[in-house]
Amino acid sequence: MRRLKFLLIKEFRQIFRDKSLLRTILIAPLLQLLILPWAANYEIKNIYLSVVDHDHSTYSSKMIEKIRSSGYFKIEAFNSSYKQAYALVERDKADIIIEIPVGFERNLIKEGSQKVLLAVNAINGTKAVVGSGYLIQILQDYNNELRLKWVAVDRIKPLPQIEITSSNWYNPLMNYKTFMVPGILVMLVTMIGSMMCALNIVKEKEIGTIEQINVTPVRKIEFILGKLIPFWVLCMVMFSIGLLIAWLVYGIIPAGNIAVLYLFLAIYLVAVLGLGLLISTYSETQQQAMSISFFFIMLFNLLSGLFTPIESMPKWAQMIASLNPVSYFISVMRMVVLKGSSLYNIRSHIFIMILFALVINIWAIFNYRKRS
Amino acid sequence: MSDAVIITDKLTKRFGDFIAANELTFTVMPGEIFGFLGANGAGKTTAMRMLCGLSTPSSGKASVAGFDVYTEVEKIKLNIGYMSQKFSLYEDLTVMENIKFYAGIYGLSDQEIADKGMALLQQLDLEKESKKLVRELPLGWKQKLSFSVAVIHKPKIVFLDEPTGGVDPVTRRQFWDLIYDAADKGVTIFVTTHYMDEAEYCNRISIMVDGFIRALDTPDHLKQQFNAKSMNEVFYALAREAKRSAD
Repeated sequence: MRRLKFLLIKEFRQIFRDKSLLRTILIAPLLQLLILPWAANYEIKNIYLSVVDHDHSTYSSKMIEKIRSSGYFKIEAFNSSYKQAYALVERDKADIIIEIPVGFERNLIKEGSQKVLLAVNAINGTKAVVGSGYLIQILQDYNNELRLKWVAVDRIKPLPQIEITSSNWYNPLMNYKTFMVPGILVMLVTMIGSMMCALNIVKEKEIGTIEQINVTPVRKIEFILGKLIPFWVLCMVMFSIGLLIAWLVYGIIPAGNIAVLYLFLAIYLVAVLGLGLLISTYSETQQQAMSISFFFIMLFNLLSGLFTPIESMPKWAQMIASLNPVSYFISVMRMVVLKGSSLYNIRSHIFIMILFALVINIWAIFNYRKRS
Repeated sequence: MSDAVIITDKLTKRFGDFIAANELTFTVMPGEIFGFLGANGAGKTTAMRMLCGLSTPSSGKASVAGFDVYTEVEKIKLNIGYMSQKFSLYEDLTVMENIKFYAGIYGLSDQEIADKGMALLQQLDLEKESKKLVRELPLGWKQKLSFSVAVIHKPKIVFLDEPTGGVDPVTRRQFWDLIYDAADKGVTIFVTTHYMDEAEYCNRISIMVDGFIRALDTPDHLKQQFNAKSMNEVFYALAREAKRSAD
């Protein structure tokens, strides 16, 4: 215990003397939380539309006006031919072409139906799907309006229709920032925690001080605790700064008990720092540790459910995601922050995280060698 | 010979096909300054690392301070000090913080740490620098400080791996004063070096060539044996036979 005390004093002294490390811990969460939530936004706006209106009728211009007033679309150009419009798509100026054929108004009135062509640039799949979805909805709306008008005139029984109204729970305004910020915060403590821990230990290997420690009676477990505890404290502080920013800038206040969040974080950090430790036992230089960390962090982030829902991944990817500690914390963050889940609700997440922490750390301790 | 502090018997370290240290057999007596000479890559550091418990021997027997190098490594560590080729104090801690840290992890009490720390600063004439970061000290002072830290817990044996590399002759002389001082207090010194003048300061010397110990005796006896005027000549006579390229 006494040896651990000296190891801790030493580690904290070094941390407080390392200005660049402190800067990382304070500024990284600030910058990332201020910038990323705006960039990582799924709301599709500014869809560029190229309109080919061959009809030039009252109905067609009303329809175009309706599309324009929805706010999602910007009309890039009115083209006289599909060919011209296609040229715009090729130059990436337009995302969707809407072609209104000659006789649009006449056919609608006379025959009761008319086809409209939508051509969608699907290079950006999300934009294509969401954009054409919006557009189709607007056209349907317009369709209904027309129908109601005629129904009123003809006094014919309207076709039965199911109208859907939905209300959004837990994030009523469908605010993506509320959804992204907690996840980004998880990414942040994961990245900085594991890398900081790995690099710190490998640095001691590089400069040779670890060998000096290895000839002293310091035990493995003391050395490892001497590293984990200071970084655990640092990550706790960093997370708290992040929560503060989330509240001050985005007005996000956890709906659930903040103590539940911290309890999970406490366990999670043991797993993440253990990962850093494990990486350090497999690397001799800081470059090696960096590249291994990057590999894992990329994998962890993309399979975390932060950007894309895990449920819609293929089965095998879901299997990998279930081995990803980050995915559990992101899910817990969203449960507690948005839904107000209680300790009882996240109990299975806690058990799994304890398991992660144990396995990773035991592996790391086993693999950390004082002798070669 | 039963009171010897280091006893080795055919101690060997292999890395694959490469035999870094080949059947080393020697003993070191308490209070002795034992010099370990050899060209780069001769196997000196490997031998030392096995004795310090940093490297597990491939075969052979050895005991350090009465403890077995295979099974009682942690007990050995309580009884030895070690100074590696690389400078291994924390550059971003001050002189005093380094002293306190190493004294602390060797289990000295707060009172002992305070007393030892002051005595050490006085001996090294570093009192004014005690609050300076170690990285700001000149290399010679760093080396002297590292040695003093390596013996702060009064070990029975201290292992020095090329302790004076890159240091000027005056500082080297001062460094050897520290070594003599420690030896007078009964600390056994096990030192590797490239400098032949330093070899003359040792009580006994072993010279390693290609993993083998090729000579082991007092400097005077070695000079007689090889009919040489200086240790330099003895060393050249042996080192010339080396087939391994230096690392």
